[in-house]
Amino acid sequence: MSVEKISRRSFAGGIAALALARRAGAQGYAGLGETADGFAKVTPGKLFAFPADHGPHPEFRIEWWYLTANLVDASGAACGLQWTLFRQAAQPGPQGEGWANQQVWMAHAAVTRADTHRFTETFSRGGVGQAGVTAKPFDAWIDDWEMKSLERTDDRTLAPLTLKASGTDFSYALTLEADRPVVLQGDGGYSRKSERGQASYYYSQPFYRARGTLTIDDKPVDVSGQAWMDREWSSQPLDADQTGWDWLSLHLSSGDKLMLYRLRQKDGKDYPFGNWISASGGTQMIAGSDIQMMPKATAEVAGRKLPVEWQIAIPSRSFSILCKPLNPRAWMGTGFSYWEGPISFIGTHDGVGYLELTGY
Amino acid sequence: MRRALWILAVLLSHWRRHKMQFAALLVGLIAATALWSGVQAINQQARSAYDRAAATFGGVRTAMLVAPNAATFPQELFIKLRRAGWPVSPALEGRVQINGRSVRLLGIEPVTLPVDVGNAPRLGAADLSSFVAPPGQTLVARETLSDLQETEGASPPISSGAKLPPLRVQKQLAPGVLVVDIGVAQRLLNNPDQVSRLLIGQPRGKPMPLASIIGEQLQRVEPDAETELERLTDSFHLNLTAFGLLSFFVGLFIVNSAVGLAFEQRLPMLRTLRACGASARLVNTVLVVELVALALVAGLIGLVCGYFIAAALLPDVAASLRGLYGAQIPGQLSLQPEWWLAGIGISVAGALVAAATSLIKAIRMPVLATAQPRAWQQRQRHWLVLQSLAACAVFAVALLLLHYGQSLIAGFGVLAALMLGAALILPAILDIILLAGQRVARGPLALWFWADSRQQLSGLSLALMALLLALAVNVGVSTMVETFSRTFIGWLNGRLAADVYISASDNAQGVAIRNWLKDRGDVQAILSGGRAETQIRGQSVELLGLPDHALYRERWPLLEAAPRAWTRLVPGNAAFISEQLSRRLNVRLGDVVEVPAPGGTWEFDIVGIYADYGNPKGQLTVNVAALIRQFPQTPQTRIGLIVARENIAGLIAALQKQFGLDDRSVADQATVKAESIRIFKRTFAVTSALNAFTLGVAGIALLTSLLTLANSRLPQLAPLWAIGITRPRLAAIELTKTLSVALFTALLAAPLGLLVAWCLIAIVNVKAFGWRLPFHVFPLQLIELVAVALLASLLAALLPMLRLARMQPANLVKVFANER
Amino acid sequence: MLSIRNLSKTFSSAGEPVHVLRGVDLDLKAGERVALTGESGSGKSTLLHLIAGLDAADGGTIRLEEIEVTKLSDAGRASLRRDRIGLVFQQFNLVPSLSVADNLAFQARIAGRHDAAWTKELVERLGLGSLLKRYPEQISGGQQQRVAIGRALATKPSLLLADEPTGNLDEATADDVLALTRDLVARTGCGFLMVTHSLHLAATLDRHLTLHAGRIA
Repeated sequence: MSVEKISRRSFAGGIAALALARRAGAQGYAGLGETADGFAKVTPGKLFAFPADHGPHPEFRIEWWYLTANLVDASGAACGLQWTLFRQAAQPGPQGEGWANQQVWMAHAAVTRADTHRFTETFSRGGVGQAGVTAKPFDAWIDDWEMKSLERTDDRTLAPLTLKASGTDFSYALTLEADRPVVLQGDGGYSRKSERGQASYYYSQPFYRARGTLTIDDKPVDVSGQAWMDREWSSQPLDADQTGWDWLSLHLSSGDKLMLYRLRQKDGKDYPFGNWISASGGTQMIAGSDIQMMPKATAEVAGRKLPVEWQIAIPSRSFSILCKPLNPRAWMGTGFSYWEGPISFIGTHDGVGYLELTGY
Repeated sequence: MRRALWILAVLLSHWRRHKMQFAALLVGLIAATALWSGVQAINQQARSAYDRAAATFGGVRTAMLVAPNAATFPQELFIKLRRAGWPVSPALEGRVQINGRSVRLLGIEPVTLPVDVGNAPRLGAADLSSFVAPPGQTLVARETLSDLQETEGASPPISSGAKLPPLRVQKQLAPGVLVVDIGVAQRLLNNPDQVSRLLIGQPRGKPMPLASIIGEQLQRVEPDAETELERLTDSFHLNLTAFGLLSFFVGLFIVNSAVGLAFEQRLPMLRTLRACGASARLVNTVLVVELVALALVAGLIGLVCGYFIAAALLPDVAASLRGLYGAQIPGQLSLQPEWWLAGIGISVAGALVAAATSLIKAIRMPVLATAQPRAWQQRQRHWLVLQSLAACAVFAVALLLLHYGQSLIAGFGVLAALMLGAALILPAILDIILLAGQRVARGPLALWFWADSRQQLSGLSLALMALLLALAVNVGVSTMVETFSRTFIGWLNGRLAADVYISASDNAQGVAIRNWLKDRGDVQAILSGGRAETQIRGQSVELLGLPDHALYRERWPLLEAAPRAWTRLVPGNAAFISEQLSRRLNVRLGDVVEVPAPGGTWEFDIVGIYADYGNPKGQLTVNVAALIRQFPQTPQTRIGLIVARENIAGLIAALQKQFGLDDRSVADQATVKAESIRIFKRTFAVTSALNAFTLGVAGIALLTSLLTLANSRLPQLAPLWAIGITRPRLAAIELTKTLSVALFTALLAAPLGLLVAWCLIAIVNVKAFGWRLPFHVFPLQLIELVAVALLASLLAALLPMLRLARMQPANLVKVFANER
Repeated sequence: MLSIRNLSKTFSSAGEPVHVLRGVDLDLKAGERVALTGESGSGKSTLLHLIAGLDAADGGTIRLEEIEVTKLSDAGRASLRRDRIGLVFQQFNLVPSLSVADNLAFQARIAGRHDAAWTKELVERLGLGSLLKRYPEQISGGQQQRVAIGRALATKPSLLLADEPTGNLDEATADDVLALTRDLVARTGCGFLMVTHSLHLAATLDRHLTLHAGRIA
């Protein structure tokens, strides 16, 4: 499995490869399928506590703060942005002081319009203050990128927050508001990733309303829309024979939210999973057998064939949509590359969302 | 094609009958190519080493931020800048002692290290965790590993007792540096949370102005295309190149005389070829092809010789560069393909240039020989006048350069013009001398002696010019080296005032040693010194702290001093400046100099100027107590002791036993002096070697000229033999003629050589090193060189003369038989 | 075969023009052997050089077989010498660094028409069999001139030109060499024009012309 075929949720990607690619030939994405000796294990029945769980869990190998936003500018044109901070522990055990700290941080930022896609990345060692996350007051930063709480931030909603990042040819600054609490994914925040028990702790805030400024090539534009944050941590979220995934976060125009993913396995069998979040904040898991995810069209980006259009159906909920990307060329050509971009869908339901394709 | 090959075979058949001429041609080309390529190989090696050093993890090829006083600064500034969007990466640099050797230690932060820091080794993803995670790694160049006498994987301790992370060889790394993670470096250098510079990568957006983030705490240093090392070592390489060039030209003199004679002798053959129907164009083409083919063969052999010369000289060159400039050059020669191509190219070009006149003559040759009276006198006068005019023009250029030139190149230009002019005017001067001899000659044989010498002049002049140049350079360089040697040793005697020198590993050990010494009766005085680094106009400058002690007042040599200079040093508002630095800054006695210090700017009057030979850095000497007040971080690890001679050995042994000091950390004056002189001697080893090579090549030039002339001289000698002068007598006369011309040349070379020495000492040295030495003349050395020149001429002349003395009368008779 | 009409040539010596040839007419048939005599400076050698194409005429024409020599370029004259003319000089002009065998084959090789059987016959007739490996300086003058004649005839030229070929030889040797030359010329059937100052030798050829004041008398 090459280093490039890595990504997010597994953030497998990022730094995992930095730290672990040494053990070449590792299974899964860049070693995500390895056993988690020495790191804390993900077990069912955890009670989430906020604000503490907004902060880092260094005893677990990997963790991320992952935000995507579907926005429109004053002219009504759609655009999207991504802000991601990954944490990876190179070694288990007590946290080292200063440069001896074993945490490595990596962040990705991107903006996408129908006509352009810009992205950038940055890295940092832990322990010296260049990057890090504090739970109270909530602050997640690396260099001059930051996701930060205000005086009146509520621990249950993790809102309001300010968000900023910049690259050579783009930057953005948003304010995020939400009036509903964060949502635990899977079984009370325990998210199984295979039939053999690989899992992660996983909660989201899918109800953010975003407002701010997006600047591309020195031209600032006011934007507003919806945003979705995922918080996930684990020590071994993937099974050895899982090769990648297709992940979607959908904002239905009804106000409901839907998270869907499909873990692809070497044997061709998939491991689909879903969570339906009602507009009021209630969640309901969707059985894998009830999810039909069919690639409809592929785009060739960065020398790879990527299924950027999807036909998705959940018969039990009379749900059937066709997803199309805002920009099929939303390739994240970072050190650990994947496809991530805004989509819109029509069918029995309509709305916008984000699609992530890894392991291609 | 077959016709061309046949013509080539006919042309080549000439060499079979004239092996000596052929050898001269090849030797000339080989010598020219070998020395030139050898020097080029050395220069190339050095330059690529500087490049490697410059590119190592953000050497001068990367823009960076440093503290104005060149000191370390808190890591907090790194975080502040990163958080303001500055793409900086921290580095900490220092020196550690390993197995008694001081090595540069560089701590880097691989995760933020800009990806574009030159050709620095990239830490692959696979290696990152082994570099960063405990126990980490120490990256090292293979040369340095063997210098340290360590093996890969070892974790040698440094003087503080801490151990380096396991050593790992990194191929592209510059020698002389150990690269570790910044965290490891902070621990090993005992510099927690401090960094010495921030490397600037590609900005990711438009970061805020520096001053708005951290004020004036750091200043930006722009990347430099040329390193300070390159600037410093330029003179050294120019020096080598000048020698290479000189040898190249002397080699071409040989080629020129050999080719000239060969073409002269082959003219009838060329006529016959043409008469038999070979077209002029074909013959000329084949002539050029022949020459190029010979040049290719000789060039290849020359390159191989050049390789060996370079390989033989490289250790000395590397030692010189390390001693003089602190430049690290690998002692193993590695050559690029360009070097081979350039060498072959220069051989072919040189051969074509050297043979140009002969080739043109052959190309213009009419098929029918026009019977022309040999008006050699007229032609020779014409040629002498032209050459003398050219010489005057070249002298004029030398004067202009001397007057207006500022750079080192101009200095060498003066030297080159001087020597070229002298070489050009040599035949005219010799002609005048010989003419004077002819005027005062009594008796027919003496008259013939002088007249015939004059006629020989045109044939020998190139070889004599080569001899003149080689001798003049020899006189010049020997005088300079001898002058320097005496000045240096005298200076060293004064400078090494203490009897025993100690270098403690850290301040704690320094204190312990001082306390221990205080209780000993055999120590008459403890002199504590110290050194700090600061910057003046962006260049790093050394501050040397000396204690106030009578010994220094008596013995420490000053070139210039204000009244009560040593006393004025004590309060800390006065300093001595090294000669190099005073020239660089254009500072004189009484001027005021400021340096940045941790507590603010430190200002002092210059009350003395002193020689500081062999130090690549500028230096200021101040009182040591004042230095520590201004630079509290100054390590107080240098201790000098005054000890009675008979107690030295015992004290050193006791110190070594008590504190576990090795030979490098404690040494007596004699050892330090011997070491300094050894380094100094190696500095000029290369110069001396090239000098000897050049003289050797000039000797060969003379030999080949005489050998080739010998045959053509028969028609002049045969009539004398016919009228009753014996062959041995003829040979003796010929020998005397050659030796007297060589003697005149050598005598002319002596003043020219002194002029060269003056140029080297008064112009080139000052511009290259910043030292001006007193100029001495060493008459014995001059006599010795004249004797060497005569000996070389004697050896060169002996073979042709022996052949003449033993020549069969029949050969002499043939001269008449063949006469038209 | 050789036809010369109104040939003229002028040199300048110390700024003064010297009219060496002033309208020479001469014809020579194939196989004909002609001697050319005249006092020193009468232009004998110049005429020979012009015919050989070693020098260019100022006026008139020289026609050798179908070729008009006076119209040839430098390269054309070189190929004329190579292919159709054999030259023998008083100085022999052998290449000192080549052996007798190589000197013999010299011109034929350049002309690209080396004929081993003919060369062998020449060696036999010229009596050079035992000298082939020697160098010019190791053999006598008569032997050297035989080599030169052999070299000139090795290409089977149309015309053999000889400029005082026996001038450096004693009388007996000269007779010998000339007899050999006459035989060989007869054997090849080429024309033969010899410049000599010896009336005795001139008498042994088919025709005897005298050059006087730049014209054939």
